[in-house]
Amino acid sequence: MSNGLPRTGVFVCDCGLNIAGTVDTKTVAAFAEKLPGVACVVHNRYTCADPGQNEIRDAIAEHKLERIVVASCTPRIHETTFRACVESAGVNPYLMEMANLREHCSWVHVGEPEAATHKAMDLIASAVARAQRLQPQIEPKIKVQQAVLVIGGGVAGIQAALDIADGGLQVYLVEKEPSIGGLMAQLDKTYPTMDCSI
Amino acid sequence: MMDVGRHPRIKLLAYSEVERVSGSVGDFQVQVRKKARYVREDLCNSCAECTKVCPVALPDEYQMGLSSRRAIYIPFPQAVPSAYLINTDDCLGNNPIACGKCLEVCEKKCIDFDMQDELIDLDVGAIVVATGMDVYDPTEIVEYGYGTYDNVITSMEFERLICAGGPTGGHFVRPSDGQRPQRIGFIQCVGSRSTKYGSPYCSNICCMNTVKDTLLLADHYPDTQASVFYMDIRAFGKGFEDLYLRSKDAGVRYVRGIPGEIAQDPETRNLRFVVENTLTGQMEEHELDMVVLSVGVTPRTDSNLVQRLLNISKTGDGFFMEAHPKLKPVDAPSRGIFFAGCSESPKDVKDSVTQACAAASHVQILLNAGEITIDAVTPEIDADLCMKCGKCAAVCPFHAIHWKKGELAEVVEAACAGCGNCAAECPFDAIRMRHFTDDQLRGQIEAILADETHRRDKLVTFACNWCSYAGGDTAGTERLQFPTHGRLIRTMCSARVSEELVLYAFEKGAPMVLVSGCHFADCHYINANRSTVLRIERLWDRLEKLGIRPERLQLEWISAAEGKKFAEVMRVLDAQRAAVTDEEIAHTMQVLAKERAQREAKARARQEKILAKRRAAAQQTPAEAAP
Repeated sequence: MSNGLPRTGVFVCDCGLNIAGTVDTKTVAAFAEKLPGVACVVHNRYTCADPGQNEIRDAIAEHKLERIVVASCTPRIHETTFRACVESAGVNPYLMEMANLREHCSWVHVGEPEAATHKAMDLIASAVARAQRLQPQIEPKIKVQQAVLVIGGGVAGIQAALDIADGGLQVYLVEKEPSIGGLMAQLDKTYPTMDCSI
Repeated sequence: MMDVGRHPRIKLLAYSEVERVSGSVGDFQVQVRKKARYVREDLCNSCAECTKVCPVALPDEYQMGLSSRRAIYIPFPQAVPSAYLINTDDCLGNNPIACGKCLEVCEKKCIDFDMQDELIDLDVGAIVVATGMDVYDPTEIVEYGYGTYDNVITSMEFERLICAGGPTGGHFVRPSDGQRPQRIGFIQCVGSRSTKYGSPYCSNICCMNTVKDTLLLADHYPDTQASVFYMDIRAFGKGFEDLYLRSKDAGVRYVRGIPGEIAQDPETRNLRFVVENTLTGQMEEHELDMVVLSVGVTPRTDSNLVQRLLNISKTGDGFFMEAHPKLKPVDAPSRGIFFAGCSESPKDVKDSVTQACAAASHVQILLNAGEITIDAVTPEIDADLCMKCGKCAAVCPFHAIHWKKGELAEVVEAACAGCGNCAAECPFDAIRMRHFTDDQLRGQIEAILADETHRRDKLVTFACNWCSYAGGDTAGTERLQFPTHGRLIRTMCSARVSEELVLYAFEKGAPMVLVSGCHFADCHYINANRSTVLRIERLWDRLEKLGIRPERLQLEWISAAEGKKFAEVMRVLDAQRAAVTDEEIAHTMQVLAKERAQREAKARARQEKILAKRRAAAQQTPAEAAP
């Protein structure tokens, strides 16, 4: 039952033994089932792998899920993966939230399975609460001018201007002095090639 | 250099300065002042007839003042654009009585004393900052006598003296008597790695530049005896150690020790000093014909101006700050701005070229897409709730909020990076951060503290996405072990954490709250975390006044690399958390629930008053506008 809350699916990942070695993921999954608004809980061995992602897509279709919580690793690694996954199943990518059970829990509380399991439950409850309050977002698009300003005409400015212009863009190279060349033009020879600077 | 001058897609604006930059990634509006040269660039063919008749002689900057130039001049023969210019500060002017001689001899009639500065407007999608560096001026080191002793020169002057295009045609001579020096000493780290003179950092290029100089001397004048006085020789690049060994093989003597003071023989103008050779432990006495100070490099003196124009930051050394020292060394924290060369840190030619190529690639990646998407984490301003106070615009590190007195604040999405500082600052809850709303963050707090029996075990931690949350990840990757009580709530920046959110966590029963962000110089939103500090300090005062121990709120800076620090902070704070009593928590919850009710009632009343005023004004306006 979703009690009027967005229908939420929770996907608890074992990450092999990375998470399940410390956190009792079965208990955690059973806890997640009781959270308000949670319509389905799926326990995967590796959620990020293709079979795991397929389970997410299938559950979205079967349970008409509106919010997704993936309880696995840090979003800094797989947020992009799971956003793309839910988007491919027709859910706005900003409606996916992660609970970091690996870096922030199982890996740092190895000797404390019970306390780590409690923490994992909190992390999931927090992610579910957040997920149910998320709104779909459309990433704003901006047109870009096909021209570039390069400030400074020393060796770096010259190289950047030439590369960018060779790539087909218009370049404006602004140099404060009457000539480009910068400090490099004052050098006699340059190392390691011992050749002329200009 | 020549390639730039003739490239069909490069418009070279030499003798020009950027005066104004507005807009943001994808669409910057730039105004450039092209200064009057008084010689038409398109007509001048550098025939040099004008210089021959100019009566004014001035030190030649290109030759480091070792020779002279005229008031009408070309900086150096290979200059691009290949055109002369007049230095009007020194020119006697187009006055028939005073001068005007150059006008008479210029057959192409390209001298124009009426030329004016030109203002040029440009629209660009990206900006590359390649403003370079300055060379350290060792005059302040009186012990070395630069500027007093004729034969103490800098490494830049060495370049001009040994160069075939230099003031002596490449004949390496002493400034005091024009004789060729036999015994030449190089002193390293002048203005570098010093807390007394110049800068504390290593300038990166001076060791290898001296190695190169000794090889040039050995090549041109095999009978010279060069000695190098150094702290360390840093020959770390590809092929550098080979050059160093070649220099040693050529007979150059490397002495590990830096002289403290140089004395000049008044007769011979030779230079004498005593130095401790720290490898042998012996004091050595040296008499040299010439001393070359291997000077370091410094940030450009005009870098403050560039910083202000582009709204970019500097690191502690004074060079411009990159978005990330390892992963984004070419990007500025503001999107669409890139660094090339020494503006970001001291570099040699190869590294400058490498960074320039990288900057060019990043520009291409950005612009070739045609259009770019930005993360949907930008703020939305509720026009009904906005009281036009402008506080949001004042704290925005990216100037992405436009506000004028009496007007609604307006977000420039393209310039916004999504830190949330504005939302935390808004006194009227009129700013809603997409994907990081108050409602969402409060929901997380409630969920974490829902279980009454275990509430006192929870250390509620707000962690910024880039540093502290990532520092927690690093602790995990390194398998560091620490107490289990931390509960992290991720925000993009610590500046998103409003005072009200922290109070809400306490109200819901948190024994301790930690706000953590990036170290000052590392803030991914320029300096938004400075606002965090101000908020935490205000909160400490507020808590104290409410009879709540301020120590229950902590602020820590933890970088993405600092897994160890993250673990240590968790350990220390957990001990403090354990000391918070149930009575304290119950008292806090009660006090804060009351405080919030009062605060919200007050805010509503204030808002109602302003809205009533606004409605009255709206009713009046149409009547006034009527004929």
